[in-house]
Amino acid sequence: MIDKNSKVILDVKGLKTYFKTDAGIVKAVDGIDFTVHQGETLGIVGESGCGKSVTNLSVMRLIQSPPGKTVAGEVMFQETDLLKISEAEMRNVRGNKISMIFQDPMTSLNPFLKISTQMIETIRLHEKNVSKAEALSRSIEMLKKVGIPGAEKRIFCYPHQFSGGMRQRVMIAMALSCNANLLIADEPTTALDVTIQAQILELIQKVNVEMKTAVILITHDLGVVAGMCDNVCVMYAGKIVEKAPTDKIYKFPAHPYTEGLIQSVPRMDKSGEKGKLFSIEGQPPNVIDLPPCCAFHPRCHKAIEGLCSRCNPPTHMLDEDHEVTCWLYGTDQEKSAALKEADARQASKEASK
Amino acid sequence: MAKYVIKRLLGIIPTMFIIITLSFFIVRVAPGGPFDGEKVLPEVVKRNIEAKYHMDEPLLKQYGRYILGILEGDLGPSYKYKDHDVNYFIGNSLPNSMILGTIAMCLAVLFGVTFGILAAVNQNSWVDYLSMGLAVIGISIPLFVICPVLQLVFAMKLHWLPTSGWFKSGDSWATVVLPSVALSFSYFANIARLMRSSMLETLRSDYIRTAKAKGMKRSTIIFKHAMKGALLPIVSYLGPAFAGIITGSVVVEQVFRVPGLGKFFVQSSFNRDYTLIVGVVLVYSMILVAMNFIVDVVYSFLDPRISYQ
Repeated sequence: MIDKNSKVILDVKGLKTYFKTDAGIVKAVDGIDFTVHQGETLGIVGESGCGKSVTNLSVMRLIQSPPGKTVAGEVMFQETDLLKISEAEMRNVRGNKISMIFQDPMTSLNPFLKISTQMIETIRLHEKNVSKAEALSRSIEMLKKVGIPGAEKRIFCYPHQFSGGMRQRVMIAMALSCNANLLIADEPTTALDVTIQAQILELIQKVNVEMKTAVILITHDLGVVAGMCDNVCVMYAGKIVEKAPTDKIYKFPAHPYTEGLIQSVPRMDKSGEKGKLFSIEGQPPNVIDLPPCCAFHPRCHKAIEGLCSRCNPPTHMLDEDHEVTCWLYGTDQEKSAALKEADARQASKEASK
Repeated sequence: MAKYVIKRLLGIIPTMFIIITLSFFIVRVAPGGPFDGEKVLPEVVKRNIEAKYHMDEPLLKQYGRYILGILEGDLGPSYKYKDHDVNYFIGNSLPNSMILGTIAMCLAVLFGVTFGILAAVNQNSWVDYLSMGLAVIGISIPLFVICPVLQLVFAMKLHWLPTSGWFKSGDSWATVVLPSVALSFSYFANIARLMRSSMLETLRSDYIRTAKAKGMKRSTIIFKHAMKGALLPIVSYLGPAFAGIITGSVVVEQVFRVPGLGKFFVQSSFNRDYTLIVGVVLVYSMILVAMNFIVDVVYSFLDPRISYQ
């Protein structure tokens, strides 16, 4: 657990990453803010395509450009804005101060290079004065730490000689070999089977506690979040709709979407009517040219007629650390102002026709 | 690995036997024969000639005689050129084609791989368009146009290089340049296009993203992380391509007067020169089989996931 006063190591403000496609501009990440404290585990949850991965690739500046581009925002990491520094400086951050592990361990390691080569190069890339032998022994140390049996020999193997779970362990060892301050885990267990999942998550948790590495855990599995994270951001269509400490999100989900997500986790103790599993109706929206409205309103059972479909919902603090973006919590004043604005927008649109 | 090599080498024997057998009989099915000319020979003369070349014997006996000859390394006499045998023609022309083909292939690989990588890492820039433009030209312009154009520009107009000839026949070394450049053109084009697409594909793969996330430099990523994987398709292309290029090209050899093997592929068929046809087929398939074998071995060096038992 983190204490409230620990230092903020990552502060993302108003991040927007858009992709130019033939069909229009895809606003994959559209103005999101979040912070990560030292030693914290932050969960980012949402359906496929909601912008979870793009958010973190934007933080790492690994968005393929073209077509993608981070058009606005600030990514403050240890007092520097990562979006403003040079590519060479950014390379020094990647793998050194911020590390990433990816979804599919089967394809994320280079099949043509030995594990030793891949680990040593990472260490020697960021710490120039480390000899090859030193880097090797450190890599073996790391592999032992993540629980690879016979690491002294196994390090000279190729990735295809490891199982999926072992490969993800290797990925984690590699990511942590430079003592990164922040580990971004992009669905680290999605491609693994359940027993291995638990082991890998436990390992990430151990790293988080022992090495005081902050972790951003991207997942669509709320069960994982409950067991691992201090705070949670729920994303929908490129925006964060709710942000709160994990226990609050589970006890008092404020956004109808969060509520739906929590209800759709299968539970042994509480089954829905006739044992049916709850699911949120409909599909996530296409994020090309979204109108100014709540992106969730077509699937929302609490949507307010004439309001949610026309106006962008405001963000409210329900508590000092519980933030939600939904019209259910809007004041009357906000509602009438927003409606007036929407009318004006419509009027000017019609006038221009 | 050693066991695998021996197994593969032994496998070549039946393959070659089948190829020789098929071509031996197929060429004899074609109408006409080596001694049918415009002038009809007197019956006695024809019988004498046929007796000299054992063509009066039953076909199976001829076949047996031919196979025994091959086992002794003798590909038989040419039916068309008196006093010369097939060994003589192939022995004299194959080295020339091999020299020319090897130089051309080196050029093609060197420029093809370079332009392919440049195009891939600068995708959709002018470098990409230039490289791929060159490649399209290389693929679409036929050799019989490329050859005379090269002669016209570099020999006739600029006087940098000789129009034709061959250094072994007493001409200068510079005679090698134009035919090898001409020959390399289409191979260069194919390699460049293959290299570009496979490099692009590799650069989009997950493990390259991992390398980027580790903070690796672009050049390190391309040469250390992406190169091996991207080269695999090139290697499989090079096997058969190399077999084709070192057995000569009729057009290039004719235009530049290179005494190579290429022309025999065509001439021997026109002449119904049975032994020569089977001889060049045999040489070509030998090289092809050998190249495929080399490709497989190179594969196991490039890709650790491939191991042979």
